[in-house]
Amino acid sequence: MDHILSLIIFFPLVAGVFGFLVNKDSIRVYGITVAALEFSLTIALWLGFDNNIDGFQFVEHAVLISHFGMSYHLGVDGISLFLVILSTFMTLIALIGLSIKKDAKNLIITVLYLEMTMVGVFLSLDVILFYLFWEFSLVPMLYIIGAWGSERRIYAAIKFFLYTFAGSVLMLVGILYMGYIYHATTGIWSFSIPDWQLLVLPFNLQLWLFGAFFLAFAIKVPMFPFHTWLPYAHGQAPTIGSVILAAVLLKMGTYGMVRFLLPLFPDATIYFLMPIAVMAIIMVIYAAMVAYAQEDMKQVIAYSSISHMGIIILGTFAINAEGITGSIFLMISHGIVSGALFMLVGCIYDRRHTKMMSEFGGLAISMPTFATIYGIMLMASVGLPLTIGFVGEFLSLMGFYKVSWIMTLFAGTGIILGAVYMLTLYKKSFFGEITNEKNRGLKDLNGRELTALIPLVALVIILGVYPKPILDPIDASVKKMIVLMQKKALTHEAKEFIVRVNTIKGGE
Amino acid sequence: MLEPITISIESLNITSLLPMAITVFGALMIICIDLMTKTLSRSFYTILTVLIILLSLSSVIGYAGENRGFFDVVLVDGISLMTQMIILITSALFVPLSLGGKRFQEFAMAEFYALFLFMITGFQFMVASDNLILIFIGLETASLALYTLIAMHNRKKAHEAAIKYFTMGALAAGFFVMSALIFYTLTGSVEIYQIADGLAQRNFEPLVAILAGTVFMIAALGFKLSIVPFHTWTPDVYEGSSSALAGYMSVVPKIAGFVVAMRLFEMLIGSGVIWLEYILYGAVVLTMSMGNILALVQEDVKRMLAFSSIAHAGFVFSAILIGTTESNAGLFLYWILFMFTNLGAFTMLWAMRHRKNLWDNRYQHPFTKFSGMVKVMPTSAVIMGIFMFALAGMPPFSVFWGKLYLMSAAVNSGFIILAIVMAINSAIAVYYYMKLIVYMFLKEPVTEDNHIYSTNNSTILKVIIGFAVLVTTISVVMVEPILEIITNYIISSGF
Repeated sequence: MDHILSLIIFFPLVAGVFGFLVNKDSIRVYGITVAALEFSLTIALWLGFDNNIDGFQFVEHAVLISHFGMSYHLGVDGISLFLVILSTFMTLIALIGLSIKKDAKNLIITVLYLEMTMVGVFLSLDVILFYLFWEFSLVPMLYIIGAWGSERRIYAAIKFFLYTFAGSVLMLVGILYMGYIYHATTGIWSFSIPDWQLLVLPFNLQLWLFGAFFLAFAIKVPMFPFHTWLPYAHGQAPTIGSVILAAVLLKMGTYGMVRFLLPLFPDATIYFLMPIAVMAIIMVIYAAMVAYAQEDMKQVIAYSSISHMGIIILGTFAINAEGITGSIFLMISHGIVSGALFMLVGCIYDRRHTKMMSEFGGLAISMPTFATIYGIMLMASVGLPLTIGFVGEFLSLMGFYKVSWIMTLFAGTGIILGAVYMLTLYKKSFFGEITNEKNRGLKDLNGRELTALIPLVALVIILGVYPKPILDPIDASVKKMIVLMQKKALTHEAKEFIVRVNTIKGGE
Repeated sequence: MLEPITISIESLNITSLLPMAITVFGALMIICIDLMTKTLSRSFYTILTVLIILLSLSSVIGYAGENRGFFDVVLVDGISLMTQMIILITSALFVPLSLGGKRFQEFAMAEFYALFLFMITGFQFMVASDNLILIFIGLETASLALYTLIAMHNRKKAHEAAIKYFTMGALAAGFFVMSALIFYTLTGSVEIYQIADGLAQRNFEPLVAILAGTVFMIAALGFKLSIVPFHTWTPDVYEGSSSALAGYMSVVPKIAGFVVAMRLFEMLIGSGVIWLEYILYGAVVLTMSMGNILALVQEDVKRMLAFSSIAHAGFVFSAILIGTTESNAGLFLYWILFMFTNLGAFTMLWAMRHRKNLWDNRYQHPFTKFSGMVKVMPTSAVIMGIFMFALAGMPPFSVFWGKLYLMSAAVNSGFIILAIVMAINSAIAVYYYMKLIVYMFLKEPVTEDNHIYSTNNSTILKVIIGFAVLVTTISVVMVEPILEIITNYIISSGF
C-alpha cells in the first residue's frame, strides 16, 4: 500500500497507452475493465484509510526539480478521498453507459487520460504538480467535446478551453509568487501544500494572491459571471463528456477553494467573504431562473448545476465544520446526481435525437422504468429529505446560517425555485397524454443503461439515509483545517469571525 | 623602428580555437573532396558533416584550458561553451534532415554542407568572444552563409526570402558597426568588459551617446533575434526557406544573438541607466504581444510558427531584461527545450512537404491541409499535437518548464507586471496553437489518402522526430540535470 496513490494516478495512463494495441471491437470492455480496476484501487484506498488521522495519509515524496523546490508529493486526506473515489466511480459509470460507436477507441483512451488528470488534481500535494494535472485535464475534455459533440461543438470546445486556460495562467503567476514569498521567508524553495499552509502571509499580500487563485477556481466552478462557457459546453458535449464535466471537473474548482483559498489566505477569505457569498447567491437564484426558462432538457440540468455549485460555494465560505463538510458532501452528491441526470438525458436523446421538452410528453406511459429513475434523481437534485441531495444542501445552508440568516434565506429560495423548474420539466416531459406520436412505443431502458444507472440510484438512497461513513472522515480533516485557519488568522476580525461561526449558541 | 614583439605559443592558447578550426577544416575538406569527385551521394556529405560537428562538439565538451586565448579576443567561458554545445547539437540534428524521401537540389551539392559548416564557425566565433569586431566577423560569416543556404532551395520564394534577409541583414550590420563605433569613441576599446570599465570611468556621460550606441545595438541584434519592430522579415523568410531550415533558423542564430545581447546589455543594465531598462522592457512586451497577436490571424502553419517564434524570442528576451543568474539559466533552459520542440514541429512540416501546393495557391501548409488528420494518420497527428501543446506551454511538456522558470525569475526579481504580461501572452498563444489541433482532431478529413502527408518522409526523419517527441514528453525529468549544468556554467562565467 506504499505507492497506492501513484498507482491510482498512473494506472489509467499506462492502460491508456496499452489501449492503442487493443482491437476496436473489444475496446469498450477493455475500458470498462480498466475503469473497474481503477475504481477497486480507490476502494482499497478507502479501506486502508484511517479515519482517526486528520492529516494526509499514504504520503509519497520525491524531489523532482530541487533548484526549484518542486517535488513529486502525493497524499490523501478526508477532503480529497471521496472526490477521488467519485472520479473513478463516475468514470466507470460513464463508460458503462457509453453508447457512442464512432471512433470509440479514441474516445475511451481519452477518457482514461482524463481520469488520470482528475485523480492527479485531487491527490497532488505539490502545487506545481497540481497545476500540471489541472491544466492537462483540459486537453482530453477539449477532444471529447470537440470531436464527439453536436453541431457547434468546436466553438464550445474552444470556448471551454480558452476560458479555463486564461483563468489558470494567472494562477500560475500567483503560485510562483507564493513560492517566492515562501523562499523569502524561510530560505527554502518549496511548493508543497502542507508547507505553504504553515506560512503566515501579510494581509495585503493575501488579498492579491487570493485574487489570482480565486479567479482560476471561479472560472472552473463556474461562478457567476464567469459561467457562460458551461451551458455551451454541456449543450454541445456528448453524454459522457457532460457526465464527467458536471460530476468531476467542476468539483476541481470548489476543491481548489477548500484546499488553497481557505487555509492559505484565511484573512483574505474572510475579507472577501461577503462579496463572494453575494455572488454565490446571485448564482443560485439567477441560474435557477434561467433554468426555468430553458426549453432544452439538457440546458435545464446544466443551469441547475450552476445553481447547485452556488450552494457548494456558500457552504465552503461558511468557514465552519458544518458548512465545509456539507459542501464537500454536496460536491459528491451533486456529482452523482448531475451525472445520472445527464446520463438519463443521453438515454432519451439516443432514442429520439432531440432534447427539446416540447417534443416529449407522456414519457411515463411508454417508458415507466426510465420515468421512475428520472423521478428519483430529480428528487435528489431538488434536495428531498432521505435522498443524497438533502444532506449536503442542508449542512451547507445550516453552516451559512451562522454567518447570515438573511442570506441563507435567499439561498433557500433558490432551492424552492429548483423544485419549480425540475418539476415543470418532469411534468412537461413525463406526465399527461402522449401528444407526439413518436413517443409512443419507445423502448424502455436496456440492460446497459440499467447497469449504469442502478448503482447510482442505490447510492442516492443509501447515502441519503445514512451518510455517516462519508461525513466522518471529511469532518475530521475539515476541523483540522479550521483550527489551522483560526491559528493563522492575523486580523482580529478574522479570528473573531471564525470563533463566532464555529460556536453553537443553543444554550442562550 | 618597431620593437620586435615576442609571444610565446602557450599564451595564444590555441586550443580555444580548436572547435572552430575543426569546422573550418571540415568545410575545406568537403570542398576538396567535391573537387576530386562529383559522384558522391548526399548521404556521404550528410554523415561526414555530422561527424565533423560531433568532433567539434567533443572538443568543446573536453575543453579545459584558460578562459582567454588568442590575444585575449577569444573568450571561452561557461556561457560560450554551453552555447556552442547547443549550436552544435542542433546542427547535428538538422543536417540529417537533408535525407528526406524526396530529392532536393540543394542537398545534392557539396557546397551546401561546406557553407553550413562555415555558418557554424561564424556562430561559434560570435558566442566565443567579447570583442565587438570578432563578434561582427562571426555574425557576418554566419549570415552570409545562411543567405546562400536559403537561396539554394531554389524556388522563387526562396530567392525572394534570401534577398530580403540579405537586405535586412546588411542594414543590421550597418547598425552594429555604428554601435561599435560609438562605444569605441566613448571608451577607446571594442572589448565589452573594457567598454564597461570605460563607461564606468566616464560616469556614463554623455548619456545621449550611450543611448545611441545601445539603440543601434538593439536594432542590430533585434534584426537577428526578430525583436519587434525589426521582425518584418521573419515570416517571409521562413516561408521561403525549406521547413527544415526555417526550424533551424528559429533556434540557432537566435541563441547566438541572445548570448551577444546578454554580454552587452546586462553590462549596460547593470550600469543603472534607467532608460535602457525602459527600452528593453518595451521591446520585450511588444515582441511577445505583437508576435502572438499576428500569429492569431495567420492562415498558414509555417507562417504561424514563424510569428510564434517571434513571440518566443520576446519571451526569452525578458531574461536579459531581468538579468539575474536565475533568469539567464531560464533563458538557456527555455531555449534548449524550445529547440527540440520547435525543430520537431518544423521537421513534421518538412516530412509533409509536397511538390505542389495542393490546398492553397499561395501556401504549402494552410490549416485546411491538416483537417481531420487524426483519422488519416493518427500517429503523426498525435505527435504534431504534442508539439503544438508543448509550444503553447501546456504542462507537462517541454516549453512549459522554460516558461515556468522564466516567469518565476521575473517574479523573484520583482517584475510582477512582466510576469503577468507573460502569463496573458501564454493564454493568447494557446489559441493559435490550438487552432491547428482543432483542425487535426476535430474536423473532418479532406482526403483519405495518407500518402500526401508523408511524401518527404524517411526513416531518418522519423528517428529525429521520435527523438524530439521523446525529449518533449519526458522533459519533466530532464529539467533538473539540465538546470544543474546550466547554472554551473552561468555562475562560472559570472552572469
